[in-house]
Amino acid sequence: MTTNAILQVLVYFVVLLALVKPLGWYMARVYEGKPCGLDRLLGFVERAMYRLCGVRPGDEMDWKRYGAAMLFFNAAGFMFLYGLLRLQSLLPLNPANLGAVAPDLAFNTAVSFVTNTNWQAYGGETTLSYLTQMLGMTVQNFVSAATGMAVLVALIRGLSRSTTTTLGNFWSDLVRSTLYILLPLALLLSVLLVSQGVVQNMNSYQTAMLIQPTAYAKSVTDANGQAVLDTQGKPKPEFVKAIEQILAVGPAASQIAIKQLGTNGGGFFNVNSAHPFENATPFSNFLEVLAIILIPAALCYTFGMMVGDARQGWVILAAMTILLLGFVSLGLWAEQNGNPLLAGATVDLRAQAGQAGGNMEGKELRFGITQSVLWSAVTTAASNGSVNSMHDSYTPLGGLVPLFLMQFGEVVFGGVGSGLYGMIVFAIIAVFVAGLMVGRTPEYLGKKIEPYEMKMAALLILIMPIVVLGFTALAISTETGRSSILNPGPHGFSEVLYAYTSQGNNNGSAFAGLNVNTPFYNLTGGIAMLISRFWLAIPILALAGALARKKLVPAGPGTLPTHTPLFVILLIGVVVMVGALTFLPALALGPIVEELMMRGQ
Amino acid sequence: MKDHIRPALTMLLLLTVLTGLVYPLAVTGLAQLVFPNQANGSLIVREGKVIGSKLIGQYFDRPEYFWSRPSATSPFPYNAAASGGSNLGPTNPVLIEAVKSRVAALRAAYPGNDSLVPVDLVTSSGSGLDPHISPEAAQYQIRRVARVRGIDEAVLRDLVVQHTEGRQLGVLGEPRVNVLLLNLALDERR
Repeated sequence: MTTNAILQVLVYFVVLLALVKPLGWYMARVYEGKPCGLDRLLGFVERAMYRLCGVRPGDEMDWKRYGAAMLFFNAAGFMFLYGLLRLQSLLPLNPANLGAVAPDLAFNTAVSFVTNTNWQAYGGETTLSYLTQMLGMTVQNFVSAATGMAVLVALIRGLSRSTTTTLGNFWSDLVRSTLYILLPLALLLSVLLVSQGVVQNMNSYQTAMLIQPTAYAKSVTDANGQAVLDTQGKPKPEFVKAIEQILAVGPAASQIAIKQLGTNGGGFFNVNSAHPFENATPFSNFLEVLAIILIPAALCYTFGMMVGDARQGWVILAAMTILLLGFVSLGLWAEQNGNPLLAGATVDLRAQAGQAGGNMEGKELRFGITQSVLWSAVTTAASNGSVNSMHDSYTPLGGLVPLFLMQFGEVVFGGVGSGLYGMIVFAIIAVFVAGLMVGRTPEYLGKKIEPYEMKMAALLILIMPIVVLGFTALAISTETGRSSILNPGPHGFSEVLYAYTSQGNNNGSAFAGLNVNTPFYNLTGGIAMLISRFWLAIPILALAGALARKKLVPAGPGTLPTHTPLFVILLIGVVVMVGALTFLPALALGPIVEELMMRGQ
Repeated sequence: MKDHIRPALTMLLLLTVLTGLVYPLAVTGLAQLVFPNQANGSLIVREGKVIGSKLIGQYFDRPEYFWSRPSATSPFPYNAAASGGSNLGPTNPVLIEAVKSRVAALRAAYPGNDSLVPVDLVTSSGSGLDPHISPEAAQYQIRRVARVRGIDEAVLRDLVVQHTEGRQLGVLGEPRVNVLLLNLALDERR
């Protein structure tokens, strides 16, 4: 690691941690229904929305009603988005005249955005019209994040309330998350991003005359668009010159701001935040990568405040931060060492004053190794999934970092809301394990953990691996699945494992070499995303309902304190053990064997 | 359950208007007002014609220009209407061969330069539109450009230094040279 790399990582974490307390405090005010400042300005909008929808914000819901409201809202969002994708060619704001999205791709994309995954089987600038980007993608970026936050708040209320059946009002949590937290932050961030050069306009694609015309070969096609073959049966090339460059533009900044803040990750352009118009400078990159875990980190403090003990939140944040720092270090080391196979080609891989060196395939020069690796770890620790470099071209161990971070089940920061509710489940498992060791009934935050809670917790840690490993096995053992692979050998297996890990954890980042825009991958991936979002959110709400009904038991001498450094270690231990035991065999077949092969050559 | 249908549909409609129309249009208005140049793509205009964006690279492979990084966009390099990376894995023979042939092309363009080739100059970027090369990669090409153009090497070295951006705020990112702006400056020297 270079000195500058250490400095950049340090600056990042200092700024992040400094923002946790103020933002976390503010969000707790929002969810407790207390005045938060912005309600004076926007309170009339909030009240008008309730009136038009016919809901009373004070109408408390039990977990079943809360869950049903959440499901109905998401189902409506899915159908609207699917319709929009299928009909975009008939609708306005489509200056590039893009056609309707194919049914399988539209299904996958709609699921992807509603479940806060934002897997990109599509290429933004070549597939989606401005109207679709705005009314479809941007809207779901907001509301899928707000849905995650609402479910988290319901779980926190389950922990902090006692002997009641209700968890709050879904509509109120949804509206307040959007109006008072996500919208103002997104507005601020998008203007900052535009100042750095991120585009925001409604213009049609801009044509520029090239300084040096580019000669290239393309295959000749006949009247039907079929490639004409030469005498050897290969496509016949024709040499042409490109004299202009079409610059794809559009309302990008507004979507990027919320895709980062809402841990969504679906880009405006095909290459996501590697695109200079989506991420123009190192400073815009800093803001974007900060935005990824800003809310998940601050929610830890919100959690602490709402359960009446800020230390409980700091403990969880500490466990997350330590895990993330470890993986960032591993990634930096692997990528800075670069690809040993290139050293033979007389290439200079050393880091020095005039160059970053290391593994630069698939990375942008302005970001270099440090900002690329930091992003790859943060985006997969959180369930964001946006990329500023191509993970498929990382060294085997550099690529293992994002893969493994997702396989922890998106609890190291994780998705907005969903990450923390996952981590709270791990905390419950940790007190259960500790309880087994000393032979006491486990308690968490004054609530006895009994068989029903443990069943829900076990469901949560079992469903994801079954989905991920099951679909990976299916894809690898069928010709349809294998035919999409780009890279040969174990790397090809990593591509498939990565694809289902990403979708099965609602992350959305990709080893982009795999051609996922096929009916097989669109359908299986869509199912994986649906299962892992809703079959986790529903047990969480059931768990919240069960916890809310319980009495508070005062802490006794046998109670394991959950605000100590010891508990941080225990929590990290449980997360790593569960993740490693489940996924090490699969990782050994992919990145680990590839690393050994690379060193052996 | 039926009592959820009306709120679900109305709420979706209202939030769509708020976050899908009001929000992006407000940002667009604000951006066009405060940062019109950046919001429209940081375009470079010469004699009334748009000749590129200072954020989007262009392909250069003639010996009299500084070369840009390889680009994997299709069908031609630096196609800004369809961004894309190569996605080649580190052990893929296609990647190793591509790098070798790029090294060979650089050496063929200026025989006698046997120093190691900076890695960014022979690996393709993530977007395929990277406008930058490292200062080291510019340095590597100075002798070639100087000879083909008949310019003094020291003059070129100054020009490269002028076009080198340091780390932002002294810490963030990497030092870099914008190839398009550098080549434009070369052409405009005459």
